[in-house]
Amino acid sequence: MSERLLIANGHLIDPAAPENTGMSVLVEDGKVSAWFGPNDPKPERCEVFDAAGLLVAPGFIDMHVHLREPGQEHKETIASGCAAAVAGGWTSVCPMPNTNPVNDNAAITRYMIEQSERGGLANVFPIGAITKSSDGVELAEMGEMKAAGAVAVSDDGRPVPNAGIMRRAMQYAKDFDLPVIDHCEDKSLSSGGVMHEGKISLLLGLKGMPALAEEIDVVRDILLAKETGAHIHIAHVSTRGAVEAIRSAKNEGINITCEVTPHHFTLTDKVVEGYDTNTKMAPPLRSEEHLEAIIEGIKDGTIDAIATDHAPHHADEKALEYDRAPFGITGLETAIGLAFNELVHKGVIGLERLVEMCSTNPAKIFRLKGRGTLTPGSIADIVVIDPQLKWTYSNSESRSKARNSPFDGWDFYGAAVATFVDGKLVYRR
Amino acid sequence: MDKPFKRRDLLGIRDLSPAEIIGILDTAESFREISNREVKKVPALRGKTVINLFFESSTRTRTSFELAAKRLSADAVNISVSSSSLSKGETLLDTALNLDAMAPDCIVVRHSSAGVPHQLAKVSKAAIINAGDGANEHPTQALLDAMTIREHKGKIDGLEVAIVGDILHSRVARSNIHLLTKLGAKVRVAGPGTLVPSDFGFLVESGLTVCPHTEDAIHDADVVMILRIQRERQDSAYFPTLREYAIHYGLTNDRLDLAKKDAIVLHPGPMNRGIEIASDVADSSRSLILDQVKYGVAVRMAVLYLATGGSLSGK
Repeated sequence: MSERLLIANGHLIDPAAPENTGMSVLVEDGKVSAWFGPNDPKPERCEVFDAAGLLVAPGFIDMHVHLREPGQEHKETIASGCAAAVAGGWTSVCPMPNTNPVNDNAAITRYMIEQSERGGLANVFPIGAITKSSDGVELAEMGEMKAAGAVAVSDDGRPVPNAGIMRRAMQYAKDFDLPVIDHCEDKSLSSGGVMHEGKISLLLGLKGMPALAEEIDVVRDILLAKETGAHIHIAHVSTRGAVEAIRSAKNEGINITCEVTPHHFTLTDKVVEGYDTNTKMAPPLRSEEHLEAIIEGIKDGTIDAIATDHAPHHADEKALEYDRAPFGITGLETAIGLAFNELVHKGVIGLERLVEMCSTNPAKIFRLKGRGTLTPGSIADIVVIDPQLKWTYSNSESRSKARNSPFDGWDFYGAAVATFVDGKLVYRR
Repeated sequence: MDKPFKRRDLLGIRDLSPAEIIGILDTAESFREISNREVKKVPALRGKTVINLFFESSTRTRTSFELAAKRLSADAVNISVSSSSLSKGETLLDTALNLDAMAPDCIVVRHSSAGVPHQLAKVSKAAIINAGDGANEHPTQALLDAMTIREHKGKIDGLEVAIVGDILHSRVARSNIHLLTKLGAKVRVAGPGTLVPSDFGFLVESGLTVCPHTEDAIHDADVVMILRIQRERQDSAYFPTLREYAIHYGLTNDRLDLAKKDAIVLHPGPMNRGIEIASDVADSSRSLILDQVKYGVAVRMAVLYLATGGSLSGK
């Protein structure tokens, strides 16, 4: 007999269906097979997970993580990253190609997927490089990487500086229906910078990265997307100008989507005072006016998705001067808490929109069939959430190998209490 | 006034109250004459250990701190660490913990990265004195500048002070702006647009003006403070040539004539003669550059004394 699991009496949040209270979701052979309303007779002979009082949603899909494998396993491995992911409600993660060697070919893409299958926790959908070694010169074998399982291409932190190459990359990626993701940063404007350029950087004597460095690339990409018709996805939007440019591009019908990180909708550059290197990331934490624009963009739908940009670094690497410490913070375990604290409980967005941003839209953007929804027939990647559960995040208890979160000691209201991947329980709080 | 600086660290002028600044200056005043004695030594810090931890080369500041410590009878150790030795593996944290394990009373630190003294202060049991961190602060420089100004002008409150040069990268400018505006002076800054951010006025709540032209800043000033042009910045193309800089931004006698008749000239050193300051200005009686160096020892004696447990002298 097949394995049957009934996630019973939860509050189902699925943008594909109106909000439903007291719903039960039947999972068979790793797929959602049916829904039962509060008054429907329940199926028999199945394992029951009691979700009364809890939210049941399609598993979260993190469009932007760094799992450091292959090459930098001292920071994170695919296994440790996936363990952190499922604890944060993420059933799928999409690692950027800045591994060592760079994920610029099908063999590495395949290796990453195989490593995740060995771990058996979250699904891993790699993002391939746009150019060989992410050097920004020759196109990488996008078609082969896609065949091996890559869902998008990006040169991430080493964005393609040459507009001609980027144009060709978009023209080519379009043939394979691959979204092109850009970490928008014109390094001729941001080089040497370690935080947002503004009042606080002047005050602290740290070199700034102007908002302009992001915006000038966003505008370039919009023009290229308009001309090529390719799908451009802007990674970790952080500035007012970027949000505004994307909003007007969307109104114009240009094929553009974008994501925001939890830290960019939570923190401003003020927290850099004190020189804690866990406040250093790219793009940097911006000033209040930018954060306000980010919140507006989340509210009005300009921003499609929440992605963590989980960037683990070893503690020794972060225990350096602010100028020398590497960019990036972890994020897989804190994202859900930050989304509840800053967006849901403050009334910025409702639960349905939260699920849309963390699951449905990422699935659409990366063309992940059967994910991002729990409609019968879809893959049983499911997160069960207690929206009021109070918990405290502690770096020392993180499942990630890394400890570089600025949210150490923060209290959150809302947590994943159970995570299912392919119908299997992979995390239970 | 029994409250010395917070945690006995001196990380920046920004954290100090006007009363604390005046307290340090008054304490420095009382140490000044020691350097004029035949036997230039008092036992105030006997048995205390001061480590001068310099990650960035410095002759004047390091010597000044060393003499200050020795004239107070402290044991002073100088450590020069090139930043490259950190890349050999030892983290900043390890360096700090290792030194701390030797139980110094005070660590004087200079580093090319902003915030290093703050990072050390979080983990170190010793008092941390900032001897210059990147483009952030150089508090003892601002204190010695204030002492020089006070000596020659009798006050700081109400003075018009022009600061000219590379404001963007200058820790001397930042510390001076904080100190002078806290004590009631009006500060005007000027220099090439690439090195003087137009919104720099934000730095303090009031008392700071960004001037479009050097002449505007110098006009009617009581004090003209000239910043050193760091030649290594030449590579970054902030201005075309040193020659052009000298012509358009250098302090010449003609420009100095725009200031008040009794205006004084300060420079934190080392000077690039003929670039940011003309030699005849540097050597004129209005230039107090050597006084600054002299008062530097007294200021550092005061700071070391306060950091290792002494109390502020009130007037």
